[in-house]
Amino acid sequence: MSDNPYHNDRGNKDRSITKPPAESMGDPVSPSGAATKAEGDNPFLIGRAMTGGYGKGADILHECTISVEPGEIAVIVGPNGAGKSTAMKAVFGMLNLRKGHVLLDGEDITALSPQDRVVKGMGFVPQTSNIFTSMTVEENLEMGAFIRRDDFRQTMEQVYNLFPILRDKRRQPAGELSGGQRQQVAVGRALMTKPKVLMLDEPTAGVSPIVMDELFDRIIEVARTGIPILMVEQNARQALAIADKGFVMVQGRNAFTGTGKELLADPEVRKSFLGG
Amino acid sequence: MDLLNALVVLMNFVIVPATAYGAQLALGALGVTLIYGILRFSNFAHGDTMAFGAMVTILVTWGLQGAGITLGPLPTALLALPVGIAATGLLLVGTDRVVYRFYRRQKAKPVIYVIASLGVMFIMNGIVRFIIGVDDQRFSDGERFIISARTFREITGLEEGLAFRTSQAITIVVALIAVALLFWFLNRTRTGKSMRAFSDNEDLALLSGINPERVVLVTWLLVAALATTAGVLYGLDKSFKPFTYFQLLLPIFAAAIVGGLGNPLGAILGGFIIAFSEISVTYAFRKVVEYIGPEGWEPDGLLQLLSTDYKFAVSFGILLIVLLLRPTGIMKGKSV
Amino acid sequence: MTKSLDTRAVMLFALVAVLFIGTGFVQSWNTTLTILNMGLISAIMALGVNMQWGYAGLFNVGIMGFVALGGLAAVLVSMPPVEDAWAAGGIQVLLGLVLGAATVVGAILVWTRMPAGWLRAVLMLTVLIGGFFIFRAVFDAGVAAVESINPASTGYLGGLGLPILLAWPVGGVLAAGAAWIIGKTALGLRSDYLAIATLGIAEIIIAVLKNEDWLARGVKNVTSLPRPVPYEVDLQSSEAFLGFVGWLGADPVTASSVTVKLAYAGLFLVVLLALIWLSEKALNSPWGRMMRAIRDNEVSASAMGKNVKARHLQIFILGSAVCGLAGAMMTTLDSQMVPGTYQPLRFTFLVWVMVIVGGSGNNWGAVLGGFLIWWLWIQVEPLGALLMQGITAGMPVDSWLRDHLLDAVAHMRLLTMGMILLLVLRFSPRGLIPER
Repeated sequence: MSDNPYHNDRGNKDRSITKPPAESMGDPVSPSGAATKAEGDNPFLIGRAMTGGYGKGADILHECTISVEPGEIAVIVGPNGAGKSTAMKAVFGMLNLRKGHVLLDGEDITALSPQDRVVKGMGFVPQTSNIFTSMTVEENLEMGAFIRRDDFRQTMEQVYNLFPILRDKRRQPAGELSGGQRQQVAVGRALMTKPKVLMLDEPTAGVSPIVMDELFDRIIEVARTGIPILMVEQNARQALAIADKGFVMVQGRNAFTGTGKELLADPEVRKSFLGG
Repeated sequence: MDLLNALVVLMNFVIVPATAYGAQLALGALGVTLIYGILRFSNFAHGDTMAFGAMVTILVTWGLQGAGITLGPLPTALLALPVGIAATGLLLVGTDRVVYRFYRRQKAKPVIYVIASLGVMFIMNGIVRFIIGVDDQRFSDGERFIISARTFREITGLEEGLAFRTSQAITIVVALIAVALLFWFLNRTRTGKSMRAFSDNEDLALLSGINPERVVLVTWLLVAALATTAGVLYGLDKSFKPFTYFQLLLPIFAAAIVGGLGNPLGAILGGFIIAFSEISVTYAFRKVVEYIGPEGWEPDGLLQLLSTDYKFAVSFGILLIVLLLRPTGIMKGKSV
Repeated sequence: MTKSLDTRAVMLFALVAVLFIGTGFVQSWNTTLTILNMGLISAIMALGVNMQWGYAGLFNVGIMGFVALGGLAAVLVSMPPVEDAWAAGGIQVLLGLVLGAATVVGAILVWTRMPAGWLRAVLMLTVLIGGFFIFRAVFDAGVAAVESINPASTGYLGGLGLPILLAWPVGGVLAAGAAWIIGKTALGLRSDYLAIATLGIAEIIIAVLKNEDWLARGVKNVTSLPRPVPYEVDLQSSEAFLGFVGWLGADPVTASSVTVKLAYAGLFLVVLLALIWLSEKALNSPWGRMMRAIRDNEVSASAMGKNVKARHLQIFILGSAVCGLAGAMMTTLDSQMVPGTYQPLRFTFLVWVMVIVGGSGNNWGAVLGGFLIWWLWIQVEPLGALLMQGITAGMPVDSWLRDHLLDAVAHMRLLTMGMILLLVLRFSPRGLIPER
């Protein structure tokens, strides 16, 4: 229980007086600080030597480094509980870092809140609750573009071209779509800001193998439009197959780093993580 | 057997009054459901917010009447309504600044807001009684009837009359306009959509750059408009008495919950369900049955299921049935 | 309990004592005792609510209903039975009630025992509707007969004619019964719906009390309930008492009134102390530790095999029973049952203010809140009147505003209570005496 008395609801879960809280996505950086110019030559996006955990809890990440360059697909793989999603959340500012930095496009954005990172050009697709279920597909995309005051119809058109099924279903509530279609809505929503980098947290969680293949195809297509992609994946083999760069994490640390092909070929990686 | 007269009686005593009452409850429940959807708590001060809005409107109405300004056949209160809404908006936004915003910054648990709303309820209740007192106040003027029972009888030649009061017609028309505006706002405007998004998935809304403070501000303003309108319409239709407004809290909560908390369509549906059942269960059907039954036959007893004092029991009974069968309410309650 | 907290609690109780004693000097000791007696009852109500909210996070907004049930118990236990009314239709009323209950049980049986399908729904509706009409036919006739017997003075069935002190536990049992029904439904669902359920049932209980004249005369009220303490007039004619008063040199009329109030205060204090002792014992027992474990982390508690729903139901019943007990005590003190006086602001939400201000989860806090808030509730009016006289002093005597302000003093207490609740919630959210 937290020390803050306002956080003490005495276990009350009376639905006639309070709306059930949403699952918390993390422990975002708040309040937002300022971005500073980063010195030297850095990758386009890098979380460097990140160490941290949720709230006052123990460190989950230990000196973990994740990066992605323009035009690349980078994937983070590793066993359950390795801190893959946590590493990505740390890059996005959903976790307070105790050590380390996050740099984007020549700027140190470590002190920025997630919202401000979106403004800086990060697109993030959470693993769960990543769409507005009661709103139509088109409204979801509109909300994705909320920070834009310019005309975003062209971007929406691009999203529809990328995910044709969404055009057919654009008047349907997103909550009524299938799992794979929902993920497309979620990715489409994140693309509406025209992000400089797109981050996907387990986009294929809970979808069937066929849908998973299709989703990977779509992701490759997105990458072809020039947006670098950083992605956490359970299905290490498929993910590494499409990855330019892979990070294998174990217990919050980098275990192996290399191109997707290298990692797939590495006997030790194969033995420990890819099932031989 | 005289179905026509039976229908007229039914219309006169059940359908028309219940429609008007249902519209008032629906407007009230919409306010409750909006706050629940956006701010995540049930506002116990809602009945008193309605009373405050109605009170300001009444005071302005009296002022206008004193100055000789009226709306002719329509009640002057309609002219004063915008002032009432504005004053209530100021009060609610002020309350939010002074009371609720602090808890938002603390990321307080919703039940803390509920307790805070109890405090606000006491204060608003006190303010209203302080300014206008506890007594019944009448403020309707203009034409009382669109069709009086007598005119209806003369025109139709039927034995039974059907009175259609101006206040009932105005309630229905104004409620329709208010609901249409609300839905247009929520479904068609950028701000309205951002409110729905915020209510649906707060974290994602924040990530999309939606400003929560702005959403909250607009919510309170909408609630002020809805609550004041509901309060004034109820007062025009019946009469204004602070305690009655406080007691409206139960049917309004019941309507919002029956419909599915957080769902505006549900709130409207819930309002009418509660109103119709309250009135039909407590209405003595003797006369209707007399007309339907064979000539000369008279039922013994009033054929009233429950006495009017038990109207709360009806709200509550419906609520229980719905919750037992469908815990999320009729229209699944989650989002605005 | 740390030392500093202990001192703080003692200081706060001393402050409240000063308020009461000050009232004695400034106004009168009679007034002090009047406030003290209701303060004791309020403290008991606050204890009951604190059990539910403080120990289990249950949000009960139907306190008024349980208090009223306690009041009903006082009437049913202590008033003499009305023989004529029983002869006229008492049995028939009871029979009607049994039939009504049988209908509900029958409907529930149909619903639970039969396979799902339209036949079940139809059958259940048939049982309900048919049962309702049979119930109304039997019951209404009985009620009419009972209410026609001397309606000006009785017109109801009367009570059992037992000592009124017995009504206190009976009030608790009545409230516990109602709480069981409410809790079974509202806590048994997937999520809790306790707040709305209690809000509704409280209004229904009041409606029943106002409307069912055969039960407790409805809005015609039951007055002159027997007392557990002597009457003032008896004291004033008692030689021993007059001798004692003469020895003290006091006015016999005032002294008799003070004595009666002191006797009530003694009875109430015994109940309050017993309840505090029991609550503290319970809180520090394995049961209390389990309750807190459930409250602080329901998920892990239920993972450890604790039946959370059953515990919640248990504590809801216990807390409501305490409120019912307090309600019976209050009606005993008033010597009358007036259904029209039960108002949610006074009997539900004011008790909430007491608990929050005193300190959720702390029994001593709840008791302190009960005394302090009740004292304020009574004294804000004279204090407000003083204030208003100050404000309006410069205004012309026949000024409209002056009259209005002076009249409005009566409503100052609501404003003050709201202010106090908000201030405490904001600046001392754990209450005046925080939970250990």
